[in-house]
Amino acid sequence: MSQTPPRLTLTGISKRYPSVVANDGVSLSVAPGEIHAILGENGAGKSTLMKIIYGAVKADAGEIRWNGQPVTIANPAQARKLGIGMVFQHFSLFETLTVVENIALALDAPFDPAALALRVREVSERYGLPLDPHRLVHSLSVGERQRVEIVRCLLQDPKLLILDEPTSVLTPQAVQKLFDTLRRLASEGVSIVYISHKLHEIQTLCDSATILRGGKVTGEAIPRDETPASLARMMIGRELPVCEAPPYSGPSRPVLEIRQLSQRSDDPFGTSLTDVSLTVNAGEIVGIAGISGNGQAELLAALSGEAPSGKTTVWLDGEAIGHLHPGRRRARGLAFVPEERLGRGAVPSQSLAHNALLTGHRHGGMRRFGLVSYARARQFAQDCIARFDVRCGGPLAAARSLSGGNLQKFIVGREIMLSPKAMIVAQPTWGVDVGAAAFLRQTLLDLSRSGVAILVISEELEELFEISDRIAVLAQGRLSAAVPKAEADAESVGLQMAGLFNAEASHASA
Amino acid sequence: MHLLEPRPQPSQLMRWTAPLIAIVATLLVGSGLFLALGKDPLQSFKVFFVEPLTSSYGWSELLIKACPLILIAQGLAIGFKARIYNIGAEGQLIVGALAGGGIAIQFGDSGAAWVLPAMVLAGALGGALWGAIPALLKTRFNAEETLTTLMLAYVASFLLSYMVNGPWRDPEGMNFPQSVMFADGALFPILLEGSRVNGSVFITLFAVLGFWLFNAKSFLAYQLEVGGQAPAAARYAGFSAQRTVWFSLVLSGLTAGLAGVGEVAGPVGQLNLNISPGYGFAAIIVAYLGRLHALGIVLAGALMALIYLGGEAAQVALQLPAAITGIFQGMLLFFLLGADAFIDNRLRRRK
Repeated sequence: MSQTPPRLTLTGISKRYPSVVANDGVSLSVAPGEIHAILGENGAGKSTLMKIIYGAVKADAGEIRWNGQPVTIANPAQARKLGIGMVFQHFSLFETLTVVENIALALDAPFDPAALALRVREVSERYGLPLDPHRLVHSLSVGERQRVEIVRCLLQDPKLLILDEPTSVLTPQAVQKLFDTLRRLASEGVSIVYISHKLHEIQTLCDSATILRGGKVTGEAIPRDETPASLARMMIGRELPVCEAPPYSGPSRPVLEIRQLSQRSDDPFGTSLTDVSLTVNAGEIVGIAGISGNGQAELLAALSGEAPSGKTTVWLDGEAIGHLHPGRRRARGLAFVPEERLGRGAVPSQSLAHNALLTGHRHGGMRRFGLVSYARARQFAQDCIARFDVRCGGPLAAARSLSGGNLQKFIVGREIMLSPKAMIVAQPTWGVDVGAAAFLRQTLLDLSRSGVAILVISEELEELFEISDRIAVLAQGRLSAAVPKAEADAESVGLQMAGLFNAEASHASA
Repeated sequence: MHLLEPRPQPSQLMRWTAPLIAIVATLLVGSGLFLALGKDPLQSFKVFFVEPLTSSYGWSELLIKACPLILIAQGLAIGFKARIYNIGAEGQLIVGALAGGGIAIQFGDSGAAWVLPAMVLAGALGGALWGAIPALLKTRFNAEETLTTLMLAYVASFLLSYMVNGPWRDPEGMNFPQSVMFADGALFPILLEGSRVNGSVFITLFAVLGFWLFNAKSFLAYQLEVGGQAPAAARYAGFSAQRTVWFSLVLSGLTAGLAGVGEVAGPVGQLNLNISPGYGFAAIIVAYLGRLHALGIVLAGALMALIYLGGEAAQVALQLPAAITGIFQGMLLFFLLGADAFIDNRLRRRK
């Protein structure tokens, strides 16, 4: 083995952007057949580094060696020619085309459609990624779409495969299948670079790890020999924060209720809701697990009032509000944190003070007789910044100048300051760094223990198990019964996420 | 080759210097145009931009041309902020003029004190009605207001043509397509002896103050702006998109209708086919040149009025065709849109 040069060697890679240093003297080395983890928080520089390897971004300094030879990778086409493939976190597929058409679009060379379809089937079966080449992409599940992306790379016989946060959209069972495929590829000599911030995945899968923080390498490790705590320390510079969930002692009563909500989706590729029922009580957090695209957007719109439904399908504190528009629901004490922070939860170009007005205009005298007190809005934003530790340039900073975590703290903080009876939160910590994520989870827990009913919709199972009192699963527009956390386990929730509770339910009723 | 790259933050400096850049570029290209026509550029600019302002009469003419432009642009700016693009203010102006003019023709001779106020009210309602049609079409059938407002502007102009050729034609007008001259009681009183400056300037004055306060303080203006900048955020907050459409189109129709009355009960004094030299269209440029800001629009309106005056002077003194006014207006908008690209972007530095 000592004779073989490493497949890929990076030495002193640096990349500077106008306002931030993304990579600062990063060096690493990946051997043939090695599964190498790149571990780091959001903003640690992982994605930039991968784009440099893939030729999508040019480094300011440093050297790349490929099989021992120095190379310059000018663009992704050249990277593919060398044998580097990349599976991006966000898919780039056309929903109205078939699998094989999507794959053909990415090929650099001419091809024969029939032969290509045959090869797609062959490669996908060989690596345990079954795919029908002639199906339209919009009919595929998220996991299947990821297979298309992977197969697309595999067709080019890559020697190095880069995967960027590949499991964020997969059920636990699908994650296992993906790992089997990756191990198989590695055993055939393909090197794999695996980007993630999930410690247990890296410990299960990866042979070695390079840890990045603030653009610099802060550690190299054999993940199996480390503990999650030691990896976390390298990743965030301190211990992984833990949330505290004290029992709720106040009076319990149903606050937010969904009763037999069925709603057809306006989006032709959307998911219609079928007979969704759920009760959220004062003082508890109910988590809804499931993979995006299974009715999450439709359920959120029905609850927030952006897509009003039948009057008696949604109840707040004993009042039917299903027919009301968002403003009316807010006035009755429903708060809402959307998944999309910039553009929905906040107006990107406006200051935090203006964004405080967005939903806070009913409070603190910000609006009187149709006139706005911008001084009061600034004060509200200032209070929110101080109370929820929002790191920003002050109440006049534009929303888009904040990092994802800090903007989320502001939005969650703003909604909490409206003293809601019930709060609905979608993807509370999506794209948020570990420190801010822990803060946000604790904030939600504290809010619920003060008697507020909270509904959390999230793709992150671990998060739901950490903060929820009860967990339900939304799959294909149907919601399973919410079970206490103690009775739920990742295995059964994962099966339900794949839509299997339908079968169980029909068995039960038969 | 990408020459532009996005800025991390939109440039506030560029937002306000873009109009100046556009003016300078218009003057430069304008020089080339004068040269190509065989005129001395310096002399031409003097005729175009300086001589109109060397007499008090010139200033008074500037004022009566700037007033309708400013008034219409104030209304349009509200909609533009909400991304509701009313480009048919010309039609709303005409319908306002027809509504006001109708009262003057029917009741002007009575000499009653209520005639002029009634004309103003009718003009406002007529313009608002012409703005309400596209609002209805957009909220009911999702019809693009850029198309419907523009098409209704042509409908309005044919309506005017029909009225002055038919029912309202002056029987003693030797078959010219025009109405009778309005009675004195149906005209705004002249404010400055020897000029055409009349009482309708107060409408514009109040409108500027009103719109300035509205933009600076009202919650409704904030809602409209959110609807324009981030429609999903407006939906999330529960701001009604339908109300935004109605409010923007009716209000901008109303201001255009008022401007229409100001013309027919002011400098024009009757209904004819030339009641507006395209004020409704030029006001679109005024609104953007003034950065959709109530006070910026005042400056931009004055400049646009000067281009109208200069265009007239150039026809007389330099024997240039009337199209010269339109060319300068067009260049100004063209360069403004070009310069505006640098608010959100900057030139990519060469490596």
